[in-house]
Amino acid sequence: MVLLFYVAIFVVSMLVWGRIKAHRGRHDFTSLKTVTFGDESAIQPDRVASVISVLSVFLIWGAFTGSSIVPLHVPGPFVGEAGFTYTARAEGGAEAQAEVRILVHAADEVPTEPTAAQASGFAQGDVAVVQAWRSVLLRVVENDGEGAQVVAINGQPVAVDDQVAVTGGSVTLTPRGALNFQAARGMQMEPIWLPAPEAVVARFIEIATNGFQNTSLWGHLGASLARVMAGFVLGSLVGIPLGYAMGLSGWFRGWFDPIVEFMRPVPPLALIPLVIIWFGIWETGKVVLLFLAALWIMTIAARSGVSGVKLSKIHAAYSLGASKAQILRHVIIPNSLPDIFTGARVAMGVCWGTVVAAELVAAQKGAGMMIIAASKFQLTDIVVMGIILIGIIGYGIDIVMRMAEKKLVPWKGRG
Amino acid sequence: MSGLIIDSVSMRFDLPNGTAVQALQNVSLDLKQGELLSVLGPSGCGKTTLLNILAGFLAPTEGQILLGGKRVAGPGPERGMVFQQGALFEWMNVRQNIDFGPRMKGMAKAERDQITDHLLETVGLHDFGEKAVYELSGGMQQRVALARCLANDPDVILMDEPLGALDALTREKMQGLVLKLWKETGKTVVLITHSVEEALLLGERLLVMAPRPGRIFREYNLPFAERGVNMDLREVKKSAGFAETREEILSMIWGMEEEIMGKKEGAA
Repeated sequence: MVLLFYVAIFVVSMLVWGRIKAHRGRHDFTSLKTVTFGDESAIQPDRVASVISVLSVFLIWGAFTGSSIVPLHVPGPFVGEAGFTYTARAEGGAEAQAEVRILVHAADEVPTEPTAAQASGFAQGDVAVVQAWRSVLLRVVENDGEGAQVVAINGQPVAVDDQVAVTGGSVTLTPRGALNFQAARGMQMEPIWLPAPEAVVARFIEIATNGFQNTSLWGHLGASLARVMAGFVLGSLVGIPLGYAMGLSGWFRGWFDPIVEFMRPVPPLALIPLVIIWFGIWETGKVVLLFLAALWIMTIAARSGVSGVKLSKIHAAYSLGASKAQILRHVIIPNSLPDIFTGARVAMGVCWGTVVAAELVAAQKGAGMMIIAASKFQLTDIVVMGIILIGIIGYGIDIVMRMAEKKLVPWKGRG
Repeated sequence: MSGLIIDSVSMRFDLPNGTAVQALQNVSLDLKQGELLSVLGPSGCGKTTLLNILAGFLAPTEGQILLGGKRVAGPGPERGMVFQQGALFEWMNVRQNIDFGPRMKGMAKAERDQITDHLLETVGLHDFGEKAVYELSGGMQQRVALARCLANDPDVILMDEPLGALDALTREKMQGLVLKLWKETGKTVVLITHSVEEALLLGERLLVMAPRPGRIFREYNLPFAERGVNMDLREVKKSAGFAETREEILSMIWGMEEEIMGKKEGAA
């Protein structure tokens, strides 16, 4: 259902925007190309598509959670007065009808119980109160005299486990003779599954001002970032020199190749149990884990940076009279920087993912701890907020790294 | 004054399968200071191996190289190199590339700047000192490579197809520049090329090498380089003897290529 919605938005907006663009009739270089399918240079990301894409995520989110910021909603849960009549059969075979009134109220309302309807036979009217989305068990025949049984609902004969649709929900006859009323759910999500966007924003503001579990929001995020930085810096400090050594000496390469190649495909998450056994569940363990996550990536990046240097550059430097140390300093290291930056971007991404996972296992603060602790109290809005913040920070890290790369190694890819 | 002597150099590579390749066999040559030598030959004739031995990147299995009476044992600043392309340092600007050699020697900045300014002028890159090398065209990059080599004031300049990757027009301009620099600086120059025309234009002496085993097949002494110093290169190409010599060398190389093909077919 949601998917159908999404595909519909995708297709419709694509066709509409395509029409609009065709009408504008611009004649830049790309629009004059007759062949664009397969021509990579002609494929520019359509920014309108990006905007619609983000908007439609919020639109669907809002529509399925009854959000107040979205004008369109899918049908929500039933709220109001529901009811039905049932037919009871007394022991002697006499039948009588009675009315059941049920007030279905929203979660944040304090309901007042409705008054029971006047009875016309031995069957007495019943009342109940239930929260939207929930169900309630009605022992309707309890007040109808000894041995009375429900035989029909709204005039429709029922047997055990039969479900009958009634105003505001559905009713099922249970094996023990009671009626189970389920308020109509509609198509929206309950806040406990997925809160509305504004609820997440409200929760974000609340946590940003008051903190969560004795630590401010920035304390949680800062703790995660600090772990990532510590692990990444340590991993680079060991990994880059190791990678250089592997790129410059056959003995080093032979010695460390099996270790690096073996450790590289092991996902850092698989190391969590061992790291906990060895280093405990607190900071040391996490930093060691992130160190290991960054180490192999940085080693391989530095190694390929060194191996990637053109022999003619090295030869040129030698025949210009440079010493080995000078060649390392002025040729090999600068030449390897683009590769190291690429590795650093990957390593930061992996570290960020790993730290969140490690905090899910055990932590006192951190972004991962925040969402796992919230999930235990079914505070779904905090979980969603945490996931969004983790995503934004991960994206932010990559953008910062890319900007640093542009600034520091402008010659990348132009050798 | 230091001459460059190639003293019966042989080079044999052992292959993993037990056989060996004779890349060079008993190559001897005596180059005087300030001579311009071009080396020509079909692929596999060992001309690049010879240049690497001259530069000191490879040690010959037999024989030796002497420069100014001293035996060459490794790379050194007295033998500068100019490569085909991509040997500049992209992380340095043009000026830093040119003064790399003097900088590594620890020369004072003022002195280095003087050399660099002069060389920028000489190779026609006066306004490009602060540019990044990857912003320059291929021809300009080779001008920087020439200047970088000259900044170190080597005795010998070894060129490994320095103009091979340039388009025809730029190449012709650069050939003129190489001739001009050679005459002005009086350096000994060894230039490897596989363009017959270039070898004729840029060689007082010209070696034609033959493959299997790599050896000197024929040596010429030519007047064209000297003519080219004061004459338009296109005029030189029309001048007496040029076309005839070119045809002679071309058919010589064609012969070698056919022989190689024949051998291969025979083996197959």
